[in-house]
Amino acid sequence: MGIQIDLDKCVGCGNCVPACPFGLLELVDDKVQVKEGCTLCGACQQACEYEAIIIEDVAEPVTVSDSHRGVWVFAEQRGGKVKSVAYELLSKGRQLADTLGTELCAVCFGHNISEVEQLTAYGADKVYLVDNPALAHFQEDLYVTKFVELIQQYKPEVVIAGATALGRSFIPRVAAILNTGLTADCTGLEIDNERRLLLQTRPTFGGNLMATIICQAKRPQMSTVRPRVFKKSTPDKGRTGQIIKVDFNREAITSRTRLLDFVEDLTERVKLEDADIIVSGGRGLGKPENFGLIEELAKLMGAALGSSRPPVDEGWIPYSHQVGQTGKTVCPRLYIACGISGAVQHLAGMQTSDIIVAINDDPNAPIFEVATYGIVGDLFQVVPMMIDKLKSE
Amino acid sequence: MNIVVCLKQVPGTTKVRIDPQTNTLVRAGIENIVNPFDTYALEEGVRIKERCGGKVTAISMGPPQAEEVLREAISLGADEAVLLSDSAFAGSDTWATAYTLAKAVDKLNQYDLVICGRQTLDGDTGQVGPELAEMLGIPFVAYVSKVEEITDKSIRVRRMIEEGYEVVEMPFPAVITVVKEINVPRLPSLRGLAKARSVVIPVWTAEDLGADKNMVGLSGSATRVIKIFFPQRVCQSEILNGDVTSQVDNLINKLKEAKLV
Amino acid sequence: MEYFLTEQQKTIRGLARRIAEERVLPVRAALDEKEEFPWDIVTDLADADMFRVFLPEEYEGLGGGCLDLCLVIEELSRVCSGVALTYAASALGSLPLLGYGTENQKQKYLPDIASGKKLAAFALTEATAGSDASAIKTTAQREGEGYVLNGTKQFITNGGEAEIYTVIALTNKERGARGASAFLVEKDTPGFSFGKKERKMGIRASSTRELVFRNCLVPKENMIGKEGMGFIMTMKILDRSRPGIGAQAVGLGQGALEAAVAYAQQRVQFGHPVIALPAVQNMLADMAIQVEAARALVYTVARTIDSGARSFTEESAMAKVFASDMAMKVTTDAVQVFGGAGYMKDYPVEKMMRDAKIMQIYEGTNEVLRTAIAIELRKRKAMRE
Repeated sequence: MGIQIDLDKCVGCGNCVPACPFGLLELVDDKVQVKEGCTLCGACQQACEYEAIIIEDVAEPVTVSDSHRGVWVFAEQRGGKVKSVAYELLSKGRQLADTLGTELCAVCFGHNISEVEQLTAYGADKVYLVDNPALAHFQEDLYVTKFVELIQQYKPEVVIAGATALGRSFIPRVAAILNTGLTADCTGLEIDNERRLLLQTRPTFGGNLMATIICQAKRPQMSTVRPRVFKKSTPDKGRTGQIIKVDFNREAITSRTRLLDFVEDLTERVKLEDADIIVSGGRGLGKPENFGLIEELAKLMGAALGSSRPPVDEGWIPYSHQVGQTGKTVCPRLYIACGISGAVQHLAGMQTSDIIVAINDDPNAPIFEVATYGIVGDLFQVVPMMIDKLKSE
Repeated sequence: MNIVVCLKQVPGTTKVRIDPQTNTLVRAGIENIVNPFDTYALEEGVRIKERCGGKVTAISMGPPQAEEVLREAISLGADEAVLLSDSAFAGSDTWATAYTLAKAVDKLNQYDLVICGRQTLDGDTGQVGPELAEMLGIPFVAYVSKVEEITDKSIRVRRMIEEGYEVVEMPFPAVITVVKEINVPRLPSLRGLAKARSVVIPVWTAEDLGADKNMVGLSGSATRVIKIFFPQRVCQSEILNGDVTSQVDNLINKLKEAKLV
Repeated sequence: MEYFLTEQQKTIRGLARRIAEERVLPVRAALDEKEEFPWDIVTDLADADMFRVFLPEEYEGLGGGCLDLCLVIEELSRVCSGVALTYAASALGSLPLLGYGTENQKQKYLPDIASGKKLAAFALTEATAGSDASAIKTTAQREGEGYVLNGTKQFITNGGEAEIYTVIALTNKERGARGASAFLVEKDTPGFSFGKKERKMGIRASSTRELVFRNCLVPKENMIGKEGMGFIMTMKILDRSRPGIGAQAVGLGQGALEAAVAYAQQRVQFGHPVIALPAVQNMLADMAIQVEAARALVYTVARTIDSGARSFTEESAMAKVFASDMAMKVTTDAVQVFGGAGYMKDYPVEKMMRDAKIMQIYEGTNEVLRTAIAIELRKRKAMRE
């Protein structure tokens, strides 16, 4: 079981060595050796032209019980309102349930939750609604205990939840108690119908590599999914489903944590250097007030706010936002440059970004030479339209 | 106060690229570092110790070279360190990792607070912290951005959420995972570095932990990676034509495909 | 180039570099612009045990010597010479105690310096006494169980920020070379105040102030060494501290060289990076040679001192003269390599050029030091063993 090198077939070419994401292969006396820590991902096998790498599957007794059926979505709510991510997951969950030929259920904890029918409109066949004042705010122990209880009672085969602060806090605990597998931050979910397996795809190494993961024997197969990864389908108001009110006995559960306060704080928290997405403005904005437009787009996208040098020099925005040779060097997944010409000094600070979008009315602006996608146009038309489009989604 | 901090050694570069000729991935540089989030966890542990008195024990599960991470922890203020290393641990998913760490924390016997970083650079699931808490059977708060108050019986913290933060209190013993906003990690001191060079770090195997072999490593892992591949990389440069509406539509679609909106 | 440093020295250098890059680099431009004293960095250095480096273990130091100190100064100076000077001047200020203090005095003051809790400063220079140290006018009059100090010191590094000052004052003018003594004066002693903070061309993060003594009573226990030893002590401790200034210059030259090479590699003119031009290559090569030669000289002299040598006036002077002249030339050339951009405050080299000048002037002007070297040459007819 595990990974083995067939020393007769290994010619010591070393092609497998740099292919290991974890750096666990080395050439010793012209033959490959594997260091501790191998996860059997198979990347080295792909690189070997001599079939010298053998990866044996763990001999797992596949004792999947037929009694586990159903796709569940944990529908997170806040302040009585179901979050958008729940609808996104229900839309995807509907596809998964249809492929498996089973039912889709939403599970919702909270108090005085409005528009519960929306959950069925988005595809749920059943909604397990646990409505109790004690559940109005997130309390780990209450949520964990009740969700485990429901899962153990109804035995779904797949459970998915939003990878939000709440989801990433309590779902792992549920998985730990159920002694089952959990894959976080999935960007792809498919079904292998033959084996009734959920194929969970997620980014690793900071998004530079994708891994597909399965939970072969244990049930339910659990995943968390980031918001905005899956698209919401169009809700079908005519669709009906069962709303099942579930009892909640507060006394029966000890809650060890106490929620004392909630403080709303929406000030810019994403640091420029760490941001996945940056929206920047340049001289093309014309006036300091126009940064408000860029800020609005940034907020919508969960992005940090950047700037080229001229606006900073003019005092429109603090120096801490400056990107470029004399400012910060950034490498986000997406850099949107609005009204920035692309002077060499600015490019030096952002040209290694994964995707660069440039919006400028000058078709000869140097920024277009490094842009992945360029729009030659008036940013005062393009940006508001982007904002509208994103809001409507 | 007995504080346990969990650290992981991760590859230094997360920049992996594809070799266009062989279509396989190539990692530039195999240098290993402490998982950055764990340095914040350690710093918080040391600060709490400096405030309240007590001891910080650093633990790490990994191959023998993970010892470097523990020596670094000592140079930054940890009092003791233990390495959990055994070929049986290889291939662990988060459940098996949490199980192994839980066994070690139990073995340390006396502990009030366990601190983990929010997630790792390579796996970045953020699951080990909560799973560890569950296995130890103790309360847990994630995404702690500030420790507001500590008494000898309880801890009050801020949990960072999308809309702001919540203030939560729980009794000891407990587990927290921390975010970068919580502190600025210190640099090592010369005396710390000297101590780190000379300190003896015990290594605990599966047997030392009394771990069930079926619960660790690959055997203990419910999930398995079956495939590794490259995300669709956009290499070309494209000017989007048409009127404003179609330009914007086109752009948004492309960004959606790239899972950025 | 390999300098065969010990493990401990490599550790010290590595940590000093980290502090410089992670803590000093982000703020050096602001410190320079605002002439702000780098208290946060002093705290970082203290937390990292950097102030302990050259002090003996019995006073909570780490038992290192001149070379260890030079390594820290060099790494700090590579990023900001002003910050480096703050650190180096505190070391200078503690040398009188270290070399000539009583056990009581050392136990009383050195641990606080080692922990970085208190900074030190050395006060000799006055308006009438720069190179001509014997022309000082500050007096220390014996009165009862102490001495009363009167006078004004000028251009004192760490003035106003340090807590512990070694002040050279005249105890008996008639005795000429034996006319001065060294006194330890703590901040907040009645009669001890500070004049204005000087506005400088460079090393602006460092604080330079006048010290004003008006009937400042200092207990006799605060005299360092014997009465009359002031000038001799000064000569001897400056011999010990000059390699530190040499290290400051080496670090500065290194920083300028690195900046120039990086810029030349990415600045494209006539379709090529300017580093491809022979004129630029020659400049960079000469800069690199000079930095390395200075480094080798400074390290060798530091090692000589650490080996327990009794006399090293000539060597120490050579290290300081060569390195500081090198730094002035290298930083000027670095600005040249940058071209127009180098003249702008957005880029780091103009600051480096401004920082360099003082190194040819303080801790003995290069002219005075050349004279000292010439005197030694005459004595031994320039022969070597």
